[in-house]
Amino acid sequence: MIEIKGLYKSFGRKEVLRGVDLTINKGESMVIIGGSGSGKSVLLKHIIGLLRPDKGSVFIDGLDITKLNEKNLYKVRKKFGMLFQGAALFDSLTVWENVSFFLIRHRGISEKKAKEIAIEKLRLVGLVGVEDLLPSELSGGMRKRVALARAIAHEPEILLYDEPTTGLDPIMADAINDLIIDLKNKLNVTSVAITHDMHSAYKIADRIAMLYEGRIIEVGTPDEIRNTSNPVVRQFITGSAKGPIKIEGVTNG
Amino acid sequence: MKRIIERIGRFVSLFILEAGGIVLFTFRTLRHLFTPPVDLKLIIQQMLSIGVRSFPVVFITSIFTGMVLALQTYTGFKRFGAETMVGSVVALSMTRELGPVLTGLIVTGRAGAAIAAEIGTMRVTEQIDALETLATNPLKYLVLPRFIAGLLMLPALTVLSDIIGINGGFIVSAGVYNMSSSLYWRRVWDYLEMEDFYNGLIKAGFFGGSMALVCSYKGFYTEGGAEGVGRATTQAVVLSSMIILVSDYFLSAWLF
Repeated sequence: MIEIKGLYKSFGRKEVLRGVDLTINKGESMVIIGGSGSGKSVLLKHIIGLLRPDKGSVFIDGLDITKLNEKNLYKVRKKFGMLFQGAALFDSLTVWENVSFFLIRHRGISEKKAKEIAIEKLRLVGLVGVEDLLPSELSGGMRKRVALARAIAHEPEILLYDEPTTGLDPIMADAINDLIIDLKNKLNVTSVAITHDMHSAYKIADRIAMLYEGRIIEVGTPDEIRNTSNPVVRQFITGSAKGPIKIEGVTNG
Repeated sequence: MKRIIERIGRFVSLFILEAGGIVLFTFRTLRHLFTPPVDLKLIIQQMLSIGVRSFPVVFITSIFTGMVLALQTYTGFKRFGAETMVGSVVALSMTRELGPVLTGLIVTGRAGAAIAAEIGTMRVTEQIDALETLATNPLKYLVLPRFIAGLLMLPALTVLSDIIGINGGFIVSAGVYNMSSSLYWRRVWDYLEMEDFYNGLIKAGFFGGSMALVCSYKGFYTEGGAEGVGRATTQAVVLSSMIILVSDYFLSAWLF
């Protein structure tokens, strides 16, 4: 279970998070929506301890990770897998070395065995015969799949997705959505995704939370969000430029 | 007047911030020297890329430096009849000064730039964050192997540079000025002490270690996409070169 309590974070004078409260239950798939620059990525990075808050706590299974020292934080991170927006594959390593990176470094598995596991994980995300290629030889959609295989290779309990469908064509995006649902059913993980792609949010979420002006302003099931009375959420999910949400750098007359 | 003082103030505070950043970064990296496991494969990879692959440029630089040293010394010293001293001048200059410094500068331009660009790219494409999420400390995984490789390979390259440079001097003395080869080599050994050679290597080790750390530091804190990587790389090379030239004076004053 993930509990976020009163999280504040500023960069210079810009207050990005202003008291975020959110609870994500075990086995649940939570999708956090919000506009560009609303602080979704910053929130996600706090959940895995890549950023430290100015104030507030993040509890992972009851343990406050904002108070941990480096060594214990790395221990907690072993529960996590994370898919980055740009895949973030290590470009000096081959595909299979990327996928089995964690296993080789932390489980002391032999290279031969690690490669076998990598091939199996790659098959799980629908890739065959790419294990000896370098990331630069893959297409955008394939990179994302490899990154997903890397994120799940050590069978984490919690999966974080940073804009999983951004930058993909609609068909590839939907294939990634299916994959996320498939993995959730197969591996029974808790997952947190951030996105501004509503189609994807409705499809993969058990619950959706909206981040606006540094706070969570509404949480609900996809149906509840669809029928919300909150004008801000309404404007966002219908994708209208007119409404209470101010577009940065644009003044509404 | 107020503007000038403000400017100086900003420069000083930036300088202190940067120096503090590098010292902290160094400390946080070197701490991992004592936390096993040390990844030999990564270190060997870096030794290849920083050391072995720099050899061709070090070779060219050193041989021509030795040659021009002999040329200048011969024509200059001939004016007061001391041209037989060429061997001593070349040997002392190479081992004490030019071997370590030129090798340091050349390797900074070649391998240091590559370190900053590679780590900088990893930063802006979130590969460093990805390492963190895979419970791997990026300082231990990326920076420490480069530091160790720099620390070991710079002295190794300097040994070669010294030897190549002295032979370059020999080629010109014997080939161009028809000096007897036994005289050149006798002069090389007459005044050269092992201390000259060793202290040169200590300097080289310092240059290698500091170059690797500064270039890694600049890459590690890169911001702002491809342009940021370019900026970080330039700053890394300039700063490392300055550190080599300035510390060279102080190390020389202290060691010799």
